Amino acid sequence: MRFGDVHQRYWDWRAACNFMFGGTGGSLMFLTAAASYPESPPGLLGLVSLIIVGAGLALVWLEIGRPGRFLNVFLNFRTSWMTREAVAAAILFALAAAGVQWRLPAFIGLAGLAGLAFLYCQAMMLRASKGVPAWRLPAILPLVMSTGLSEGAGLLLLLFALTPAVPAWLSAVLLALTVLRAWAWWSYKAGLAGANAVRSGPQVLAGVHATMLIFGVALPLILLVSALGAPGAALHLNSIAAALVVLSGWYVKFAIVTRAARLQGYALARPRGPAAARPA
Amino acid sequence: MTRYVMVADLDRCVGCQTCAAACRQAYATEPGVQWRKVLDFEFGEYPDVQRVFVPVGCQHCADPPCMHVCPSTATGRRDDGIVTIDYDLCIGCAYCAVACPYQARSKVDRPAYAHGDEPTELERMQSNEKRIGVSQKCTFCAERIDDGLARGLTPGTDVDATPVCVNSCIAEALHFGDIDDPESKVSRLLARYNQFRMHEELGTEPGFYYLWNNRETARSQA
Repeated sequence: MRFGDVHQRYWDWRAACNFMFGGTGGSLMFLTAAASYPESPPGLLGLVSLIIVGAGLALVWLEIGRPGRFLNVFLNFRTSWMTREAVAAAILFALAAAGVQWRLPAFIGLAGLAGLAFLYCQAMMLRASKGVPAWRLPAILPLVMSTGLSEGAGLLLLLFALTPAVPAWLSAVLLALTVLRAWAWWSYKAGLAGANAVRSGPQVLAGVHATMLIFGVALPLILLVSALGAPGAALHLNSIAAALVVLSGWYVKFAIVTRAARLQGYALARPRGPAAARPA
Repeated sequence: MTRYVMVADLDRCVGCQTCAAACRQAYATEPGVQWRKVLDFEFGEYPDVQRVFVPVGCQHCADPPCMHVCPSTATGRRDDGIVTIDYDLCIGCAYCAVACPYQARSKVDRPAYAHGDEPTELERMQSNEKRIGVSQKCTFCAERIDDGLARGLTPGTDVDATPVCVNSCIAEALHFGDIDDPESKVSRLLARYNQFRMHEELGTEPGFYYLWNNRETARSQA
């Protein structure tokens, strides 16, 4: 018998923005480095990645109660995914700066891996939040990873669309990641329903599902496939699809962090006999 | 070894909230912040309806998720099982608050008082600036326990070494003590009565036990 669950009120839109921007920026760095390896990527792409990741972290910094102590975030690498996220971000910034400064492609490649690690840490941060049933589901990990990578690929395509040379493989990667994300979304949604989570979580996500289905899955896939048969309009079709993938990913993460985040609540359990009183 | 735990007898609790009031009196927590709460829960369908009062707060878990997620190591666990917060280390990220399955943690970002902008006399005397902007929760009155132990007292037995919520309970529904001592009151209660711990399926191993549905047991033993 569960009762007394309330919506978490500690992480608001600022925390949500960290997951939105951090996922996109981290994976953009990873895909940028991967796309150009062993050469150095255009400096603008790396710079955009760092700005996006930095914006998310800055918003979180504004949310914490004691911003002057922010360096304490590095003190628990042994068990805290938040510490690991901060370390990954620091390494990402350091490697990217060093790579640009001394024109070292290997450093940019390593910065890409740090971006991927940053994304993974963000997913695990939610996974480790035992107080929120909608976050601690195992399916949150593939969802956050796949949507982060999709957003990164989408943003990379949009940025490349500003240049004369858009890599032909990029739309195929975006297509594959969008399919992967659709699978992850359905798995997450099914997992949430099966976990008998707090009742409002599935209700909130039912509303999100329709938006995700149309703007995050169907339309992008239609546009990306259509672009294959219409080379003349491919740039525009792919760009619209990429924008939809990015925006729908942000929408889903925003909804999960700010709206579907009911706390566990309290519960009465069937009492056990006296013999079972002592813990193992 | 010593592990301090709390036992709440749901068959005895009358929901008077004296424990919650005693806790707020002792620590002058900000408005809206209660380290000890007593929930009023009704269940069933007419005419078979039950009402139960459930004291809740930090469960001082043996495997506390709040401690694992804390990036600053502000949350710790003492050898005697009490989960602590170092207000000087905490950055106020509230990760612990979303990691706790017992809704035990609070964060207050700016000083707040019960009656407007000015603190009452008690609030002025007991205000703790260190608690602003950081995570806070029940401490099992660790200072009382430490002070009592230093004076040779026994937590759970001697009033001066026992949490104020337990001391204040008018129905003897709350008990405190060392579960590793087979002669302690909590050990004897748990050895005698039906009990459960909340959200055990999450693997947190809470140090807060609930006695419940023991009327029949007591009747048969009478």
